[in-house]
Parts: sequence; C-alpha cells; structure tokens
Amino acid sequence: METLVFIGQNLDVIAERTVQHVSIVGVAIGLAILTGVPIGILITLNARAASIVLYVAAIIITIPSIALFGLMIPILSLIGQGVGYLPAVIAVLLYSQLPIIRNTYTAISNVDPALREAARGLGMTPSQRLRRVEIPLAIPVVMAGVRIAVVMNIGITAIAAYIGAGGLGVFIARGISQSDPRQLITGALFVSLLAIVSDYFLMWLQRRLTPASSSSRAAGPSELG
Amino acid sequence: MIKLEKLSKVFETPGGGSVIAADQVSMEVPEGEICVLLGPSGCGKTTTLKMINGLIQKTSGKIWVAGCDTDEQDPVQLRRSIGYVIQQIGLFPNMTIEDNICVVPDLLGWDKTKSRRRAGELLELVNLDPGIFLKRYPKELSGGQQQRVGVIRALAADPPVLLMDEPFGAIDPINRAVIQDEFLKMQTELRKTIAFVSHDIDEAIKMADKIAIFKDGVLEQYDSPDDLLARPANDFIASFLGQDRTLKRLSLLQVQDVMFGDQVRVMARDDLEKARGLMREVGHKNIVMVGPRGRARGYLHLNDILDSTGKVEEHYQGLPATVNIRDDLRSAVSKMFRHDTTWLVCVDDEGFFKGSITQRAISHALGATYRDSDVATGAAAEAL
Ligand SMILES: Nc1ncnc2c1ncn2[C@@H]1O[C@H](COP(=O)(O)OP(=O)(O)OP(=O)(O)O)[C@@H](O)[C@H]1O
Ligand SMILES: [Mg+2]
Repeated sequence: METLVFIGQNLDVIAERTVQHVSIVGVAIGLAILTGVPIGILITLNARAASIVLYVAAIIITIPSIALFGLMIPILSLIGQGVGYLPAVIAVLLYSQLPIIRNTYTAISNVDPALREAARGLGMTPSQRLRRVEIPLAIPVVMAGVRIAVVMNIGITAIAAYIGAGGLGVFIARGISQSDPRQLITGALFVSLLAIVSDYFLMWLQRRLTPASSSSRAAGPSELG
Repeated sequence: MIKLEKLSKVFETPGGGSVIAADQVSMEVPEGEICVLLGPSGCGKTTTLKMINGLIQKTSGKIWVAGCDTDEQDPVQLRRSIGYVIQQIGLFPNMTIEDNICVVPDLLGWDKTKSRRRAGELLELVNLDPGIFLKRYPKELSGGQQQRVGVIRALAADPPVLLMDEPFGAIDPINRAVIQDEFLKMQTELRKTIAFVSHDIDEAIKMADKIAIFKDGVLEQYDSPDDLLARPANDFIASFLGQDRTLKRLSLLQVQDVMFGDQVRVMARDDLEKARGLMREVGHKNIVMVGPRGRARGYLHLNDILDSTGKVEEHYQGLPATVNIRDDLRSAVSKMFRHDTTWLVCVDDEGFFKGSITQRAISHALGATYRDSDVATGAAAEAL
C-alpha cells in the first residue's frame, strides 16, 4: 500500500528513469545488432573463426556485470567517462554479442542446403543469396537472439545504477542503501514490467518480420522460461 | 544443345583417397530432346548434371551449352540462362509462389509486371489456378503442387536448356504420372533441350528421347529407350533394366503402330452372306460391324454364322472392349487379358473404327525393334 502511494507520488521520476533505462538498453542493443549480425554472418564462412568468436563472446557473458563495470572504470577514465552512461552502454553491447552473434550464425548456417543450392543454381551471386534468401530466413532466429539480449540486459542495466548510469536501478540501489522497501519494490517492479513489455513488443515485431508461413518459430526468452 | 566431351570429376575424400564420380563422359543431347541420365545410386548422375551448370567444378573435359563453351562464360550468367530443377524442390519459404517463379527474371532485371503476368500463365500451364496460388507461400502447397512450381520456376526466363534432378521424385506414383504427362505435353510445345536425372526406369522410358545409363561414373550406353530395351549393351545394363524389359517396351509403342488398318467391315443392314464372303476373301474369322458413319458397333464370328441367314443386325455381338489408337500397347495387352480375347477393335477419339490389333502382332512387334515392325507381316493377322 505504501509502495502504491510512493509510486503514485513519483510517477514523473519513474517515467524519467524508465526513459534513461530504455535509452541505455535501446542504444546498446541497436549497436549490438549492427555489429553482431554482420559478425554472425561473416563467421559462417570459416568454421575456425566461428568457434573462436563464439568462445570469446561466451567468455564475456560469464564476467559478472559488477566486475565488468569495475574493469571499465580505469580504461574509460582515460577519456573522462569512467562512470555513467558510456560504460553502461558498452557493457550491454558486450553482453548482447553472444545471443545475437550465435543466433545469427546458427540461423544462417542452418539454412537448408537445398535452398542454398537452388539459389546458386538459379544464378544468384553470394550476396544476392544472402540478401534474398539467407537473411530473410534468419530474421526470426536473429530476433529471438535480440529478445534474449534485451530481457537479459534490462536486468543488467539496473545494476549500472551503481556506476551512475541512472535508470530504474537507481530505485533499487537507493532502496538498499536507505533500507527503503518502497523504492526497492518500485524499482524491481518496473524493471520486471519493462522486461515483460519489451519481450512482448519484440515478439510481436518478430512475427511481423516473419513471412506469413515460414513458421520456424525460434525459442525466445519467454519460451525458455 | 548440350554436349559433353571426356568430362571427368574426381572427388578427393578426407581419408586421402579419391572417388571418380564421372569418368570421361562424352555425349550430346540434341536440340529439343529429353535425355534421361539413369543408373543406380552413386553412379554419378547428379555430379554430371551439376557440372553442366557449374555447381560442381569439373576436373577435366569440355562442356558446351547451346553452342557455347561453358569455360568461356561467367558461371552466374550461365546459370541464369539454364533452367534448373533440384531434387528437393527448393522453393524459397520467404517468398510467395509468384516471387519464387520470378526469381530468375528478377535477377535478369526483367520488367516486373511482365514477369508477374508470365508467372500466372505458367501456373495455368501446370493446372494451378493463379488466382489461388500466386500469393501463397510454398508451405501452403502440397508436395505435388510445390514440385510443379519448382518446374515452372526453371522455365520462367524461357531458357533453351533445362537441367532437372529427379524433378518428380518426391511425390506419390499417381501424381507423378500426372505431372509427367503434363510435362510431356508442355515439352511438345516448348521443345527445350533437357537433361533429366532419374533412377526410375519406367520414368526414363516414358520421358526420354534418349537414355544415358551410368555405372560407377562411366557412361555405359546412350541410346533411345526402345533400342536400349531391345539391345542392352552388356549384362549390367540388361539386369539394371530388369527381366521384364521386353514388357517395358509395350509402353513405348502405340496401338496405331502395330494395328492393321483399313479392315473390311459390314453394316447392320448387310446380309450375312456378304459378311461371310468378306471374311473368306481376306481370310479372317471375325468382321466388325460399323454404324452408318463408321463407328464400331459390334462384330460377327465366322463360326457362329456358318449356316445362318438374315441380316447382320440380327446376329452381331457387342464388342467386349475397344482400344484407342493412341493408347500404348501395355493398356491394349491389359485389355486383352482382362477380356480373355486375342484381338481388339481399334477406334479413334470419336469411336470410329480404325483397325484391329492382335496378340500375335504385338509379340511380333516386340520381337523386332519397332522400326522394323512397320512392315507387319500377314502371319500376325491370323487371329482376326
Ligand atoms: N562432395 C563430394 N565429395 C566426395 N564424394 C562425392 C561428393 N559428391 C558426390 N560424391 C561421390 O560421387 C559419386 C557420385 O555421386 P552422385 O551424387 O553423382 O550420385 P548419383 O548418381 O546422383 O546418386 P543418387 O541416385 O543416389 O542421387 C558417389 O560415389 C558419391 O559418394
Ligand atoms: Mg543424385
């Protein structure tokens, strides 16, 4: 009850921090798609490169976020950005690489060899094959990777409050330091809500981007449970 | 025209060994003909086919397509100028049927409205309603429908040469026969030069102008279906074609190839005396009764009317069965067995009496190759 009152009184702050939160995750995921998808496609050309890249991305994802933030402080301090927005975006960008690269790589390399042969046999160049057949077929699976990355990083961004990146995590951090359950619950609640809403939005988007009947529905975070 | 000269392919296997998938293959498919590449699994049919459009790099030898040496052409351009049907159909699931059909025209930069109109026409050619199918996705089609689309996709840019790798492999026998017939009908108009891979002998006999039989990468025999069945070059080919290869030739010949045309006939109102006279004159034991305009109506058997008098119409018997002059001998023989008879009356599409066919004439035709059998001997007419 107290929490509801708190929420009611602080709607403007909640909105502001939600926007901060979304802008960190949104910008980082956008950049992650721009880097991860081409990397995922490129590594389909070379099995050895693929295993190295996927291995590195897997290692990055195992670094605890607090440790990663800590690691970046001395490095980014060199350009005066040791704390705040930039390290948060970079962390999310790095954590997103694995799901996005891996899903892109898997999707492209799992395109039915018969389709690839048909495309080649009908006279498509490698880049036409990629644009007209392989990428369209990979989109649902890539989107599933994006969904995993988004949901995972909404949680990670909450921790970025500790390095002064703002966002909904500020409620949680203050709730803990001030022993204020109202702030703590508000933060947790809105982080969860944001994750759920984003996931549904992306699921909707994924369906829209999937041709009517190529029904290769890939497992996203909500199906993984 | 497709011409192969000493074409070879050696695959290096990971173990350090090598597989000779095609061994000095030389053959030529003339303009407008269907050549079926036939042979047991692993004999190199697909490899040979894919070397033609460069999907598999040849090890040595020469290939000409439509008069041009393929070594001197850009492989991508070459493939766009050759229709290709892959065994697994390979329709792109992310594109509508219309876009699938228009893949090559789009790659060639053709006018979209024109190519889309052609897609509709091609669908009609294979009995699919464009109104229903153009905007559908491949998954919404049955296997047979997809296979038809796979074939017309290869035809969309009107290439002179077509490569087909077991194009009708993935469907049930009944639908396969239907598609084969449709395709042959199309081919009589389109006159494409076609290399067609199959491992089904009956399909090969039905579709081919010429059959190329492969074994372990070697082209063992290259002949017309009839010559192949009549004179297999070696034991391998003979056993591959099967013990019943003589019977298979039945489906290569039409009734009109072996029937006796211009037979004597009587009308309903003729006297039996006239019928007897005609039968004795030509030495037959049966005579066909025709209607006023020449349709086959019934027949008389000499022994039944030896002592009878009156008109034909009072004594004739109905015909147990007739065959169309364009049926193949296989269905003629089947009818003979079903009705326990040694001869059948042959009619055209309107039912007009065209001649008769006997078991003797059929076995005679099988004994000779069918070119020789054009000179039918009198002996074969005995059963009439
Ligand atoms: N990429 C490859 N690497 C190594 N060997 C190959 C390769 N492709 C084919 N072969 C071998 O070449 C031979 C001919 O293969 P091919 O696919 O042409 O046979 P096929 O006549 O089409 O058989 P099927 O009727 O089973 O399709 C086989 O022994 C096969 O194992
Ligand atoms: Mg094959």
